[in-house]
Amino acid sequence: MNENSSSIALSAKNVYKVFGKKPQEAVRRLKSGTSRSELAGHATAAVIDVSFEVKKGEIFVVMGLSGSGKSTLIRMLNGLWEATSGEVIVDGTSITGITPAKLRQVRSEKISMVFQHFALLPHRTVLDNVAYGAELRGVPRSEREKRAREIIELVGLAGNEQKLPDQLSGGMQQRVGLGRALAADTDILLMDEAFSALDPLIRREMQEQLLELQERFGKTIIFITHDLNEAMFLGDRIAVMRDGRVVQIGTPEDILTDPANDYVEQFVQDVDRARVLTAGNVMERPISVVAEGAGPRTALRAMRDTYSSAVYVVGRDRTLRGIVRDRDAIKLVQKGESSLASIIRPVPQAVSVDDVLLDLFVPAIESEVPLAVTDDRSRLVGVIPRVTLLAALGPGTTATGELTIPQQAVPTTVIDELLASGETDAAPAVHGSDPKEVH
Amino acid sequence: MEDFRIPIGEWIETVLDWIKINFAVIFDGVGTAFSALIEGLTDALLAVPEPALILVFALIGWLVRSWQLAIGTAVSFLLVVAMGQWTPALQTLSLVLVAAIVTIAVAVPLGILMARNATASAILRPVLDFMQTMPALVYLIPAITFFSIGVVPGVVATIIFSLPPGVRFTELGIRGVDPERVEAGHAFGATPGQILRGIQLPLAAPTIMGGINQVVMLALSMAVIAGFGGADGAGKEVVAAISTLNVARGVEAGLSVVVLAIFLDRVTSALGAPGDYRSSILAILRRRRANRPSGAEVTTRARV
Repeated sequence: MNENSSSIALSAKNVYKVFGKKPQEAVRRLKSGTSRSELAGHATAAVIDVSFEVKKGEIFVVMGLSGSGKSTLIRMLNGLWEATSGEVIVDGTSITGITPAKLRQVRSEKISMVFQHFALLPHRTVLDNVAYGAELRGVPRSEREKRAREIIELVGLAGNEQKLPDQLSGGMQQRVGLGRALAADTDILLMDEAFSALDPLIRREMQEQLLELQERFGKTIIFITHDLNEAMFLGDRIAVMRDGRVVQIGTPEDILTDPANDYVEQFVQDVDRARVLTAGNVMERPISVVAEGAGPRTALRAMRDTYSSAVYVVGRDRTLRGIVRDRDAIKLVQKGESSLASIIRPVPQAVSVDDVLLDLFVPAIESEVPLAVTDDRSRLVGVIPRVTLLAALGPGTTATGELTIPQQAVPTTVIDELLASGETDAAPAVHGSDPKEVH
Repeated sequence: MEDFRIPIGEWIETVLDWIKINFAVIFDGVGTAFSALIEGLTDALLAVPEPALILVFALIGWLVRSWQLAIGTAVSFLLVVAMGQWTPALQTLSLVLVAAIVTIAVAVPLGILMARNATASAILRPVLDFMQTMPALVYLIPAITFFSIGVVPGVVATIIFSLPPGVRFTELGIRGVDPERVEAGHAFGATPGQILRGIQLPLAAPTIMGGINQVVMLALSMAVIAGFGGADGAGKEVVAAISTLNVARGVEAGLSVVVLAIFLDRVTSALGAPGDYRSSILAILRRRRANRPSGAEVTTRARV
């Protein structure tokens, strides 16, 4: 714990926020087991016993419906609200109970914020808005304007420096908001429903740009949203909040495939799973595989055993070398050759473990056998049959579990083999019977 | 029951008498300062030739609003001169300006205090209600006992009477600033003073200017009543007309007050919403300044 504390950008420890009279007493009662609804009338518990750690360079998403306490939570992370109980630590400095001057210093040096409704200063130009953080820190005008111009260019607003925020569209205004936070040169960025007020198309564009910027600057981002798709798209980890409590923290896949309770499960029902789950999440162990050194008879046997019309060929280190088709193997057997090398074909449809399901459909259609999934060293780590791909899109936890599949028709390989063993001039018939050969 | 009476009036009179005796030095000082200011300003205005001064007023109208206001101002002020009301009108104007400036100097800080401090707001609000609803003439009585007959009780009564809208509009304006924008200031490490100057006051400016417009208009209406306290100006003309039942004189004095009122209202309301008046000189200058840098950018981009 201690040795990697330097990799923690921000942490919250048993944080409570209660509004109303006698907040401390309310916290005491909550700790002793009183429920949130029993407190209603005396005090409003917005955030109850929340703890988490955000690693440096991570995008940590806090997701919940309105009233779940997420906006209050994010405002405690930079001290806009002070925690009623518990502690918030920003880059090693506890910001709970420190002096206003110290708190201002933490805000201007370590943590900046992007707001839902942009919160730009309408009487200042885009340039002056972006340079606001530096101006407060007392950076000389020429220097802060130079930096602001770079950032404006980066967020795609070049040419609008002298405009007032009201002259820009919503998406552009939020780019100014993002630029203002980036130009403050803090390591941590808080984003409070930053894209919720934007049109869906612009929202997507901004999400993609945020990921690009994050990759480039390695900022730690804490992103608040009520949109699970957004959470899944952006988040390295997601904290799901309900009624002031965090009900689950995990990677998008964890939350989707292993929801902590019925609430989370219900919540994730509507998620566009095709955009969240990756090939790695749904792939199965590759079975129709032969080693590079194997002969055509081994390959054919493997095809027969797995009812498939082709097998993948892997090297000693499991790197994917290509695919061998039944027809080619048969010809090879007929010619009496013992090496597969001449008939190994490339596998253009091989996908990476990180590809989302949405990108797998077309390759799955084009591939005659289960899709090959390779890792970053192009090793064959799994395969995805089309049925698995379909099943993964359905709700529930069956996505990665065992499936009952209706019995398939006898594969052509069996028939091919049968015919091949009976007659010697079977090749033309095979050719005509294979519809995949058409294109 | 007939004889039962709580002598609140007498008690307050006693308190005021005590104040008058014990703080005479202060009242004398304040009185001297006010009369010097107003008389000085009146003399300065009167020293300028009438056509030149009218031209200045007309230009002010164009500067902040439109050339139409400039022409209207010139015509109506010429009418005041033609009615022989120029001197009283300028005396009233000086009184209004001095009273309004002092009022604003007190009202805006009070409004800021009330916006930031709930306790101050709770205490001051009923005081403001009291000040605003008390019949205006009543202020004249203690003002005259403190400062004796002349322009000073008029100024003091005017300040008290016109203070509340200035305070209220300032409080309202600052409280009405989008809280997310104030949060943005905090989130980037701004001090309370930086938030006040850089965010709250600029964003509340239209509302505060609305309050200043109200202050000026109330000051003008009170300045006429100040005529009862012996303040020179249009008010005194009205009082004289009433006491002699002179309709002609009363109408002429009244008209000159109307002319002043329209001019002051149009100018101060235009100050509160500069964006609405595109043909004003200020707006034209602003546009020219805003176009220059962006024009330069267009050419550099074209070159690229």
